Amino acid sequence: MKEIFVLAEHRMGELRDVTLEMLSRGRQLAEEAGAQLVAGLLGHEVGPFSETLKKWAHQVLLVDDAKLANFNADAYQRVLAPLLKERAPDLTFIGHTSFGMDLAPTLAVELDLPLATDCLDVQLRDGKLLAFRQVYGGKLNAEMSFARTPCMAMIRQGAIAAGAGDLDGRVTEVDSPLTEEIVYRKFLEYVEAVVGDVDITQADVLISVGRGIREEKNIPLVEDLAQALGGVLSCSRPVTDSGWLPPDRQVGQSGRTVKPKLYVAVGISGAFQHLAGMGGSETIVAVNKDPNAPIFSVADYGIVGDLFQVIPALTEQIRETKGG
Amino acid sequence: MDIVVCVKQVPVTAEAEVMVDESGRDIRKDRLVFDVNEADNYAVEEALLLTEKYGGTITLVNLGPESADKTLRSLLAKGTHEAIRLTDDHFADSDAFATARILAAALKSLSYDLVLTGSYSSDLGYSQVGTSLAELLGIPHAAMVTGLEVLDGKIKVERELEGGVHERLEIELPALLTVQTGINEPRYASILGLRKAMKKPIKVLTLTDLGLAEGEVGREGSRIFLNRLSVPPKGEGAQILEGGPEEVSQKLVEIFREKGVV
Repeated sequence: MKEIFVLAEHRMGELRDVTLEMLSRGRQLAEEAGAQLVAGLLGHEVGPFSETLKKWAHQVLLVDDAKLANFNADAYQRVLAPLLKERAPDLTFIGHTSFGMDLAPTLAVELDLPLATDCLDVQLRDGKLLAFRQVYGGKLNAEMSFARTPCMAMIRQGAIAAGAGDLDGRVTEVDSPLTEEIVYRKFLEYVEAVVGDVDITQADVLISVGRGIREEKNIPLVEDLAQALGGVLSCSRPVTDSGWLPPDRQVGQSGRTVKPKLYVAVGISGAFQHLAGMGGSETIVAVNKDPNAPIFSVADYGIVGDLFQVIPALTEQIRETKGG
Repeated sequence: MDIVVCVKQVPVTAEAEVMVDESGRDIRKDRLVFDVNEADNYAVEEALLLTEKYGGTITLVNLGPESADKTLRSLLAKGTHEAIRLTDDHFADSDAFATARILAAALKSLSYDLVLTGSYSSDLGYSQVGTSLAELLGIPHAAMVTGLEVLDGKIKVERELEGGVHERLEIELPALLTVQTGINEPRYASILGLRKAMKKPIKVLTLTDLGLAEGEVGREGSRIFLNRLSVPPKGEGAQILEGGPEEVSQKLVEIFREKGVV
């Protein structure tokens, strides 16, 4: 391998964590293969980011253009396609984020490159690149290989630990090939979530309910437990998707990140997106009927059983203890 | 507004135990129930809402075996108009790119203002087919859509980013959107609808019908390969509390007391 290219991701004036995570793995691979690590930074007036990135890469390619001020998959593709065609890096990393998902597959099709999405890791084994993913909601691991290189991989945010940035790369400015605004796709605005009267990020005790609750009418079962414990009710994505609880109660990558003293996961299988939002909790208790549910791998205490029997019994027990 | 919705039938595994089969590259499916992929179900509902408001037809396109007719009929029963199933032995082992290529071949002979897919599938979860399809069709796209509004010749969409942030953008039609779960409340089919759907024809197209070559699909037409599936190592994991509901509750209360929660 001669070059590994990592696309830097930033949003609303902040470099996203996935960028340094990808650069850390990129550096390991570059050292193993004797390759150059290149960070691609597209944006407008993002000079400070290139100062950070040069500590993590041998070279930073900076494309500054007012038309790149906000992420636009089509504008990014028009800049990256000729750049990657010319440089032909052996491996390109793009974050498996909402931006990445909007960009990488179309770019890979245009460039005729194999693409492995949502990778937890990419490693060199006997000179060949292997990508490691999760399938079936995190219940199984999958090892993937590429039909050929050059190739692309999208890296899941939070899957790789960011190492130290102690390089001193050079920053190279690259002219933007964009001559006009993309007319068929226009960025309008960012919308930030409104926090309701309950802020789950401030709670010491969270009782979180997931898909296992089955129906909206069963929610009070878990609400009772939250009340008995003096905690706050939160949930995983399927519950918000179904409209049973408002979005400000959702824990996970697309919701809130929480770190309570006690997190009780009720009927939550523990897809990565959920674990990313609650893994930092002090004590985690999980109740789930599937003994192989990924939630048990992060929980401190687990109950494999039917929540419809366990939760009422637990609520009762707590009330008796508190009353007595 | 004519809409094509690409739908996938998947095994329902959210609460089921998933086991690797003898090939090591697939799961044992004999005891699993199959249904429409969750995100695709939201895409179908969005199409129904749009055609109810603006008129037009909904065509479902599925790449799958004959048994996917169950899913297609359940979606026809909700009021979608036509269903096309793409079935050929050569399609087996197609990766996300090859899948997009097969779908693109099918969509070439259809007319549409909008193409909808789910944002990801609950089985392999590549989040790649929809947007790859948009590139192959040469139309604008937006991924992870959580809201949309039709304007004149354009569509205003809201995309989900991370951490509760969304972005709004405007794209020209025809376009492809990958629909995120939670965008609407998918309806259930009525008994009458199901009865009617049983009589609706499902058009079946093969490799030859689509004008594709063998080398463009299946393993040969794929760019990535799944080598091996494995059960994740357990690691330290949770201390599992054993016993009936009362017994485990007592143990938990003891733990809560130690932690100073009760």
